[in-house]
Amino acid sequence: MSIPALEVDDLQTHFLTRAGVAKAVNGVSFRVERGEILGLVGESGSGKTVTGFSILGLVDPPGQVVGGTVRVGGDVVSGLDDRAMARIRGKRVSMIFQDPMMTLNPVLRIDTQMIETIRAHETISVTAARARAREALALVGIAAPDERLLAYPHQLSGGMRQRVAIATAMLNRPEVIIADEPTTALDVTIQAQILYEVQELCRRFGTALVWITHDLSVVASLADRIAVMYAGRIVEEGPVDDVLDRPLHPYTRGLIDSVPQPGLRGGRLVPIPGMAPALVGLGEGCAFRARCARASMACASQPALRELRPGQRARCVHPLTVGSHAA
Amino acid sequence: MSTAPILELRGIVKRFSTELDLAARLLNLLGAGYRAETVHAVDGVDLTIRRGEVVGLVGESGCGKSTLARVIAGIHAPTDGRLFFEGSDVAAMEGRERARFVRKVQMIFQDPMSSLNPRKRVQDIIGEAPVVHGLVPASEAAAYVDDLLAQVGLDSSYRRRLPHQFSGGQRQRIGIARALAVRPDVLVCDEAVAALDVSIQAQILNLFADLKSRFDLTYLFVSHDLGVVHHLAERVVIMYLGRIVEVAPTAELFREPNHPYAAALLQEVPRLDRRRRRFQPIKGELPSPLDPPKGCHFHPRCPHAMNRCRSEVPPLRRIAPDRWSACHLNDG
Repeated sequence: MSIPALEVDDLQTHFLTRAGVAKAVNGVSFRVERGEILGLVGESGSGKTVTGFSILGLVDPPGQVVGGTVRVGGDVVSGLDDRAMARIRGKRVSMIFQDPMMTLNPVLRIDTQMIETIRAHETISVTAARARAREALALVGIAAPDERLLAYPHQLSGGMRQRVAIATAMLNRPEVIIADEPTTALDVTIQAQILYEVQELCRRFGTALVWITHDLSVVASLADRIAVMYAGRIVEEGPVDDVLDRPLHPYTRGLIDSVPQPGLRGGRLVPIPGMAPALVGLGEGCAFRARCARASMACASQPALRELRPGQRARCVHPLTVGSHAA
Repeated sequence: MSTAPILELRGIVKRFSTELDLAARLLNLLGAGYRAETVHAVDGVDLTIRRGEVVGLVGESGCGKSTLARVIAGIHAPTDGRLFFEGSDVAAMEGRERARFVRKVQMIFQDPMSSLNPRKRVQDIIGEAPVVHGLVPASEAAAYVDDLLAQVGLDSSYRRRLPHQFSGGQRQRIGIARALAVRPDVLVCDEAVAALDVSIQAQILNLFADLKSRFDLTYLFVSHDLGVVHHLAERVVIMYLGRIVEVAPTAELFREPNHPYAAALLQEVPRLDRRRRRFQPIKGELPSPLDPPKGCHFHPRCPHAMNRCRSEVPPLRRIAPDRWSACHLNDG
């Protein structure tokens, strides 16, 4: 097997709070191949964003990455010091945030920021860097890139800013991009444009993409594979069609049934009862069992992530098998 | 479904203007030429909502859907045009008639935290208005609140708590109970489930469906989420930059949208059953509502735009029974 673009193994990130330790990321493992798009899905507090931040070493205290390995193109990038990490970030792994103003400096012109991003990682003339920045803007569908290079972030619309953030993330042709809900704040028509550009770019340059979102529908249209997170763990993972059409974990099933769908107009949705558990003081065992109709005594010990169909794994004692959809 | 209109909007216009500050006015005396900017948030809307109906109001940011919702709920007075409730002009209402309208049309907001007073207990948040309106004697308010909490699926022991002690979904239930407390006929829900996680969102959508049949309510459901609107609404109104572009029964709209903007919007909604599709997005950005394009507001992004669209505003015309669209293409 070829070396994956991104390999995360047993990642653990804890938040040390006054109330106790919150295991926001609790043993997360996954891999993403070159050119592949992985949708990392979960609700608020599931640990999906902290997973993304942990990969890039961006977790601030009281959070702390306490274990696990992250490999990019086979090289270990976890546990590096700040200087070594700075050489990785923006070069081999980039991040796109939900709010593009987290990427952009409000008091600098777009060209200043983009040229700086290139020159931070290689020795190249300003003129050449500028030409590359211009090209990157054109790639993400920005009309009149020469004018936009001279603009300040506040002069651009939300959709335009997010394009600039994506162009900046792509500047050094990273092997991996982590995108954290980048289209959540955008309108439907603008979201469609951005999903289109991102899809094109990943196919074209073989960039591996981790798309973090709460929105199953976006992942359905974009991703090759899905990983579903709940309370700090991946509970199910597999190809998009398998996970959405034949989910194994009752939580995945619950999420799918919660989304209003065209065929079920006016009917009742099947919500998941209760709400997500607090992470502090979360005991042993399956974290979903309090909300799960299939739970039994056996769920009191933590189930392992098992491959139950080719390529599709789930962390469940009582997985939904073929023919038991109505659970 | 009865057909008597409960709400009727005729030519509703809502403009917001900035006032020039002192410095700008002084500089204008010296010939600087600063001009007050005006946003045409709602630009001439006609709409009829029938009793017992669920109407979905859809559009992207800046299209005026929230402003229109607030005009309907009586929070904003329209700049121009008239709003009728059960056949009488709201602007002409006074005294008890006015109080009745205010009570009968209630609003539910997107962010339940900012719409609930953080220093009041649930008991007062829900129980105050019905006592003021004389629906319930103060001595029976506690029992009344308990009953409402049960209706929205909350335990009556929560009565003494403050809003910050609840999760987002629970807060939205409190917001719904607060609206129901004054026995309204119409609920105007502005992105009422947008801030909730999917699994909680489904719980609240089911609650809305239950309450409708239990209390005989009429809903105006404002949302940017076409999936939610499709699920809940019988009729859908689509707005673009302050104007209605299409009104249609939900099933018909989703089967065959008429307006090019409606078609583009439906085309681009991500759906669970659309896998790894190739997006074919409509081009361009949303224009600024400060300076909307002339003629049809959608013409710069429309694949079918003709010369006429650039100069002439297309009126909202009936194209089939119960279907309306504002597009020059329908003129043949």
